[in-house]
Amino acid sequence: MRPFAFIRPTDVAEAVRTVAGHPGAVYLAGGTNLVDHLKLGVARPDLVVDVRTLTSREVTDTGDGGLRIGAAVTNSELAADRRLRERYPVLAQALLSGASGQLRNVATTGGNPLQRTRCVYFQDVTAACNKREPGSGCSAVGGYTRYHAIFGVPESPDAAAPDTCIATHPSDMAVALAALDARVRARGPAGTREIPFGQLHRLPGDDPSRDTVLAHGELITAIDLPPLPDGARSAYRKVRDRASYAFALVSVAAVVAMDGGLVSDARLALGGVAHKPWRAARAEEALLGRPATEEAFRAAADAELAGARPQPGLGGGNGFKIPLAARAIVATLRELAGGLT
Amino acid sequence: MDKGPIPADAAPADAVQAVVTLRVDGESRRLAVDTRTTLLDALHERLGNTSPKKGCDHGQCGACTVLLDGERALSCLALAVAYDGAEITTADGLAADGALHPVQQAFVDHDAYQCGYCTPGQVCSAAGMLGEARRGWPSHVTADLAADPALTDAEIAERMSGNLCRCGAYVNIVPAIRAVAGTAAAGPAGGVR
Repeated sequence: MRPFAFIRPTDVAEAVRTVAGHPGAVYLAGGTNLVDHLKLGVARPDLVVDVRTLTSREVTDTGDGGLRIGAAVTNSELAADRRLRERYPVLAQALLSGASGQLRNVATTGGNPLQRTRCVYFQDVTAACNKREPGSGCSAVGGYTRYHAIFGVPESPDAAAPDTCIATHPSDMAVALAALDARVRARGPAGTREIPFGQLHRLPGDDPSRDTVLAHGELITAIDLPPLPDGARSAYRKVRDRASYAFALVSVAAVVAMDGGLVSDARLALGGVAHKPWRAARAEEALLGRPATEEAFRAAADAELAGARPQPGLGGGNGFKIPLAARAIVATLRELAGGLT
Repeated sequence: MDKGPIPADAAPADAVQAVVTLRVDGESRRLAVDTRTTLLDALHERLGNTSPKKGCDHGQCGACTVLLDGERALSCLALAVAYDGAEITTADGLAADGALHPVQQAFVDHDAYQCGYCTPGQVCSAAGMLGEARRGWPSHVTADLAADPALTDAEIAERMSGNLCRCGAYVNIVPAIRAVAGTAAAGPAGGVR
């Protein structure tokens, strides 16, 4: 591990000034991902700036039926919050399906969405990886693609190209936040800005090394949850290789409301399928104004999956994610429809 | 009790040192550490507390679980410098005044281990988990998120999924924890918190 200096600034403003002015600096909160990356050599900062105790650790009512979650609120505390469990079960379920009790006890609201891909080639410093080492190529293409993307990727990615990346975003929490149209409050040297959650994460584009639109030094200070429409129901479903403590092969976050027997609001986000939480806009469009029937759910899932690009690879590639995601979408909607009027 | 600073390790010239105070199993320990030192390595290599174990050292096995300011956490993914002033309870410190903690006694009574390497992490995790359940915290298998969950075997297994046992002693670990969960002795995390 490369040596680094360590500081705990007195407040957020000082932390932001420090990191923004120091290219080799990184923020540390719960550390569940960063400390591992320090050991692996994936992260090589020369300055670690501890912000774990600097931002709010409170969940507060915003007055309009929504909630503001301080960046230092742990994943455990948030999942246990009674207001969240009643109003936003999709987020409580997503949090509880992630990691283990020990990790959720230290992982934070600000840190969880910023965790990095678990692509094995990203975490292996001897492998080519455009995300870790821009321009080095992508070892995942034609490799072990079971956990890799089917959306937001080219049909036939070029392993040697300097911008290829077929990694997925690993967070469950972020998938629920995408479906909830959450808003991120980020503090930079020039002040605070609000970012719609759906715009926080990037597709690889021409720079896979950047997971989000945050500038170096920008710090998430809170995440706001807007109120849901009256009668809306929400749920999270995660499909993985074992029953607990594993990353998603595919996950679905859904928010649905009905009016007069027809779907009046439908928000769907998929996890484990793209470089970012994947908002299933085609499926949402297919559901709106339709009755909540099995047939409509299948049509919505098929509409979304028609745009998928399965990646070949060792062990048969990841084409299995297409029928798996379709069934997960239908099952989630069916579960929600049971309680909708 | 403060035993005074413990001298720094011999370190490469570019290493950065920091002085931290850790309260370990009720005893205040002040030491200079390389900033790269994890809590696990500080406990093990510097303070001679070999109770938490290094299994994977990547947050995947749970063998290094301790109670950090009262909550179960992985000492391998915590930098010691980030927890200056923190209260750390290891499995060693769970046993107060020579009496085993109820979770430890239950592990003995139920033969809830084979080689024992994961056991200190298992008992710290179970002690922390019982406190979480007592506060009404839900889990992935809690059917009704609005209600206070009961600690069924499925709940115990899910909540303990961050602690691997390669001997496969799970069939006795779950009953051991179930036995403590059903008693007043469980306390909020067995009296730890």
